[in-house]
Amino acid sequence: MNIDNIKKQFPIFDNKVQNNDLVYLDSANSSQKPKVVVDRIYDFYTKEFSNVGRSVHYLAVAATNLYENTRVMVQKYINASDPNEIVFTKGATEAINLVANTFGQKFLQEGDEILLTELEHHSNYVPWHYLRRSKGIKIKFAEFNSDGEVTLESIEKNITPKTKMIAITHLSNVTGAILPIKEITKLAHSKNIPILVDGCQGAPHLKLDMQDIDCDFYAISCHKMYGPTGLGVLYAKKKWLDALPPYQGGGGMIREVKKEGITFGDLPNKYEAGTMATAQVIAFGESIKFLNKIGIENIEAHESQLTQYGEEVLRKNNSVKLIGSPKNKGSVLSFTLDGIHAHDIATILDEDGVAIRAGHHCCQILHDKLGLSATARASLGVYNTKDDIDKLNESLNKCKKIFDR
Amino acid sequence: MELKELYQEIILDHGKNPRNLKKSDNFNKDAAGHNPLCGDKVHVFLKVDENNKISDIAFEGSGCAISMASASIMTDLMKEKKEVEVKELVDDFLEMIKKNPELKSKILAEDEKTKLMSLSGVKKYPMRVKCATMAWHTLTSAMKNSNTEKSD
Repeated sequence: MNIDNIKKQFPIFDNKVQNNDLVYLDSANSSQKPKVVVDRIYDFYTKEFSNVGRSVHYLAVAATNLYENTRVMVQKYINASDPNEIVFTKGATEAINLVANTFGQKFLQEGDEILLTELEHHSNYVPWHYLRRSKGIKIKFAEFNSDGEVTLESIEKNITPKTKMIAITHLSNVTGAILPIKEITKLAHSKNIPILVDGCQGAPHLKLDMQDIDCDFYAISCHKMYGPTGLGVLYAKKKWLDALPPYQGGGGMIREVKKEGITFGDLPNKYEAGTMATAQVIAFGESIKFLNKIGIENIEAHESQLTQYGEEVLRKNNSVKLIGSPKNKGSVLSFTLDGIHAHDIATILDEDGVAIRAGHHCCQILHDKLGLSATARASLGVYNTKDDIDKLNESLNKCKKIFDR
Repeated sequence: MELKELYQEIILDHGKNPRNLKKSDNFNKDAAGHNPLCGDKVHVFLKVDENNKISDIAFEGSGCAISMASASIMTDLMKEKKEVEVKELVDDFLEMIKKNPELKSKILAEDEKTKLMSLSGVKKYPMRVKCATMAWHTLTSAMKNSNTEKSD
């Protein structure tokens, strides 16, 4: 795999950012976009645009086919058993809100419990919190250990007869821990509990096989997968999409509308009310092709190697303290620097063109437990190289120089 | 180099060793401020006497060098200031940090102005302006004795 050739496919790296070569280490936040994805949006709007699923004219039919093709591409990419198990949403956040809202409405009562983990991003906590208010459900958090991992045992000991849903991250966006989701799913199903996996960090970096994992729901963020913003995917087993009520009402999701009542459309239209992010969906098809061309196994191997290199380099730097040391780790390097706040680090690094994230990364529960208000995070994508890690380390040393004056 | 303007020695000094960083034992007004973007927190405690003058001021909190230095310098400058003066200084500071090249208020002595102007480098870093202003907004809330934090 030639990273230079891959990097050349991303136009963002052609230009200087504030007179520096861009060292982009914020892919867990959002990835950069290959030219094929950007071009696809332009081509669709300039040559092929029409709304989908409604009109019968040529462009409408062609656009509908393109849109539905992406659904099949996503289905194949994650090995779901049916294209109707793929629902497009405005993001992973909406995907999780969709499940929390409709599942809560239909199946949850006061006193029921939802089991999350302390690693969760706010988007896999706040939607459940609404049910705590509206339905009086309880939310429990499986603890992470000193390595920043959530183990099968930690999940198991928090399951009670009241547990009605387990909702967990695939890969922590702070500690990088990859959770044993297949084993957790097996455990959940042995107790008749459905499981939702927040796959925002898992999907861009790991090979996915829904039929093998067997989870009930899997939420994906397309803009972290070299795709456009404003788009997410909810994978849900067909039995759930049939059983749950619609999420939003509007055009496109109905069968028949009368003054006396309404019947709803078939899958997947039932969950796709209104005009969808058509251009983004079609362009996301190019992201899948891009990933397939390189091969997710190759991406995984490259990022894993680079993460190890990053850990080595940062461990050698005495001022840096890495957050979490999970045995099974994704390409996330969160850290603190002696006596320097994460925001100051990020500002100083930015001056060298090194883009990282600083803050709580939408994981306040995790940061509270660690007693930290903020951490710095370098996260990797397919375009990163050892050189990027070295530049990160150089800039971190510069931070020390500025603060040790 | 702009970074050196941002991280002047006086900022680093106040950032590393913030003055008045303690919970005041004897306060009658307070307010908490929070930057949800980064998780920085500040809690300002005031003892305001019968003449509407700040007789004691302290703060608690955690955050970046800019936010700590700003709270530290602010609490130093606000001691013994009357309510009207506090308002004038807060407004003047907020205008300076966003656009004005200088401080306009005549309340401060020259050396005090110099100290406060050390924060002016923040102007070039729009994402960091909130770090510098959080303590000042919180002070305004404390003067009104209204807590700015809401939880749901």
